[in-house]
Amino acid sequence: MTPILAFISGDTLLWAGLFFGIVFGVLLHRGGVTDFNVIVRQFQFRDFTVLKVMFTAIVVGGVGVFILQGQELANLHIKPANMLAVIVGAGLFGIGMAVYGYCPGTGVAAIATGRMDALVGLAGMIAGGVAYALSYDWIAANVLPVADLGKKRLPELASLPEWVWYVALVLLAAVVFRVVSKVEAKASTH
Amino acid sequence: MNKYRWNPYLVGALIGVLSIVTFALADKPIGMSTGVAQASGACAMPILGTDAVAANAYWSKKAVPKWDYGSLFVAGTFLGALISALVSKSFRFELVPEVWRRQVGPSVAKRMIAAFIGGAVLLYGARLADGCTSGHGISGTMQLAVSGWTFFLVMFATGVLTTRLLYRSTSNN
Repeated sequence: MTPILAFISGDTLLWAGLFFGIVFGVLLHRGGVTDFNVIVRQFQFRDFTVLKVMFTAIVVGGVGVFILQGQELANLHIKPANMLAVIVGAGLFGIGMAVYGYCPGTGVAAIATGRMDALVGLAGMIAGGVAYALSYDWIAANVLPVADLGKKRLPELASLPEWVWYVALVLLAAVVFRVVSKVEAKASTH
Repeated sequence: MNKYRWNPYLVGALIGVLSIVTFALADKPIGMSTGVAQASGACAMPILGTDAVAANAYWSKKAVPKWDYGSLFVAGTFLGALISALVSKSFRFELVPEVWRRQVGPSVAKRMIAAFIGGAVLLYGARLADGCTSGHGISGTMQLAVSGWTFFLVMFATGVLTTRLLYRSTSNN
């Protein structure tokens, strides 16, 4: 069912996609996460910008969407947990991200800031997309069905009320931010 | 910190607000890699032929090469970053990023080959997992999806490990 606030549809939806994308691109750039150095130094635990941006987005967006959904003003969009595909895919993704130095969104945005390695990497991403499409039939038959849990959410794994999970999410973010600020304070005294 | 950058917590909060808005108004989560896969279909057309692309199960069902909400979101992300870089005068042509130059090497050819291979592995992984740092890492995790949190933890682990093997990090860089 389409939630009542979701009045954007048809051709307007195309313009909305472009507009929301522009906002996202501005935010990625201003957040500093379109910078190769910031991303790689996150993997080295020397710069925590990426974790700060991501966890704040997860908490704010998560609580907001949870409230909207409770009022039937938003639908959840859960991607299936085909565990073999998600784990192998994520494993490859992390390797690729450390070598490329960007993820798909920050890579596309980094090209727009003049980073030519990001542009060459986009050509690589296109090649990766072609390779996936050409191998899709085999993957769909042999990998996607393995350990497929369906569109599972964490609250379905333990019988706790939904809001407890969101409180836990906020607490997790608070712990991450506290640890990060301690590590940063320690690093600046060296 | 460079002048063009805003507080990362503020930026994160604004991305969270953007997510709430796209969920509420467009019934869409933020996602990126499907749009890039759609672009791969468009790029494959002149090489593999339009018919071959149309006959492919992935390009005909999962990532159709056409302008829709998702692919325009990717185009918008490019435009947004371009506008932001130009307005803040931080647009700068660069071949080899600083950390790569210091910790891996100054060779332009090596950097470009690595970027190409890294990009290919990155997107293959994103399509296999059905999402990337946006679709799983932000949109999935915020909805407490099992797939999102699994993706986030595994990709961060292999990212840290690969960085440790590839880069020569010392205390002064």
